[in-house]
Amino acid sequence: MSSNKPHDGPGEGPRYGPRKGFSRRTFIEGVGIGAGAVGALGAADQARAATNEVVGPDPVSITLSINGKTHKLDVEPRVTLIDALRNMLDHTGAKKVCDRATCGACTVIVDGSPVYSCTMLAIEAEGRRIETIEGISSDDAMHPVQVQFVEHDAQQCGFCTPGLVMAGKAIADRNPRPSMADVESGLCGNICRCGTYVGVRKAVYEAARESA
Amino acid sequence: MQNFEYIAPINTLSAAQALSPDAGVTAVLAGGTDLLSLLKQHVETPTRVVSLRNISALRGISKRGGGLRIGAMATVEDLLGSKAAAPYESLLQAARGITAPQVRAMGTVAGDLLQRPRCWYFRNGYGLLAKSEGKALVPSGENRYHAILGNKGPAYFVNASSLAPALISLGATVSVAGPEGEREMSVADLYRIPSSDAERENTLAPNEIVTEINVPSASGWSTATYEVRQRQLLDWPLATASVALRMRGGKVSDARVVLGHVAPIPWRSSEAETALKGKAANESSGVEAGKAAMAAATPLSQNKAKVQLATVAVKRAVGMAG
Repeated sequence: MSSNKPHDGPGEGPRYGPRKGFSRRTFIEGVGIGAGAVGALGAADQARAATNEVVGPDPVSITLSINGKTHKLDVEPRVTLIDALRNMLDHTGAKKVCDRATCGACTVIVDGSPVYSCTMLAIEAEGRRIETIEGISSDDAMHPVQVQFVEHDAQQCGFCTPGLVMAGKAIADRNPRPSMADVESGLCGNICRCGTYVGVRKAVYEAARESA
Repeated sequence: MQNFEYIAPINTLSAAQALSPDAGVTAVLAGGTDLLSLLKQHVETPTRVVSLRNISALRGISKRGGGLRIGAMATVEDLLGSKAAAPYESLLQAARGITAPQVRAMGTVAGDLLQRPRCWYFRNGYGLLAKSEGKALVPSGENRYHAILGNKGPAYFVNASSLAPALISLGATVSVAGPEGEREMSVADLYRIPSSDAERENTLAPNEIVTEINVPSASGWSTATYEVRQRQLLDWPLATASVALRMRGGKVSDARVVLGHVAPIPWRSSEAETALKGKAANESSGVEAGKAAMAAATPLSQNKAKVQLATVAVKRAVGMAG
């Protein structure tokens, strides 16, 4: 090894702060085609949400509220929320793994509840409040669940991690003092192939108390 | 997933009218936890999906008369958080068996009742009756999770609903809306064992929608559900029993016993009910009831163990209710 200092790690930034410089993620995001955030829910969309109009199978214009921003995009009715997030809106944190409402890697929070974004049509998410892992930290600080994941070494390969963090956040949001059993059942919709469960449970248990 | 038209009407009549009277042409979307997987597997290939999300009349859980009214689109999370549902112990115990918070948040009560069988042959395209070149695949195939009752053929799958056994034991009914109006039937009558490829596992017409579930008062009944599970979390149970007992002078005067995951329909056992009458409700009368329920069981090549598991489910449920 030419240097023991990672070029892509936390580096000199604040503790657990944002990554500096080039990263694989920003590279991939740069290559993608972004859909612009728009200011407000269009009148036509609001109207369609409450009519008996048949739409599709051609792409339909919808507006999604993600992390407090509204995004306008055109989707076929069959497009799932995970595909809209990842392929059309560059929100690549949620992962598409089983694609069958079984593994939890695609977990996002919709109207305060954790949901499998692989199993919700994007068109059905219209008018609902969507939170993804991209929206829970700021440039200055990670979310307490993320901080505790680091503290407790709660990831290995990391592919399930965004889903587990969101499931953990959903627990912390609702219950500032979950028991370990509450944490266990609250995370049971997420599977980790590396078996990081012990660290993940401790992280969520601590983070809930910290964010209270 | 095959592409489709989408419509989200604001009332049940419009929804029923948007559905085709012919099977397989359109699909009803409630929570989506089952339908989306079926669409991705091409088990369902509708040309139109009718979403119920904009029909506010299908939501909510409330007391009605002396009983409970559960909107078809109420989620499992709604049910578990409902004060009105608190007296219905067996129903809540069954709902707690649906463990993933994501499924609780998305999945609906009517969707649980109408989820399609979890049989792996069905899910992989061999049809509800799981046939290949006219030959039934289940009897000589991988059948450890399949039926041990009502399995004389041609159906071998098990009904996968978590809530149906509890609702049937509580004497619940469903309201069903079609293009010509509403009808009411018992939850038990929602199901049938299909006798041919032309039949489904439920008795609804393709353009009918469950609108609500009505549960009569459970006052005077002791109720319980017990699920025998391989894993405590995130899986369907192997066998379940829901019981409702009416006690007089320490003895069972009336009993309803309904087993789940043992037959193509939720399996009401009059044998178990008869065995309980006049007895104290405890694990020893429960095990006799469980044995009575299983007396006519005809396990397949790999699922003899389910006979014992179902017996235990009845025993524990009776013990809990007693």
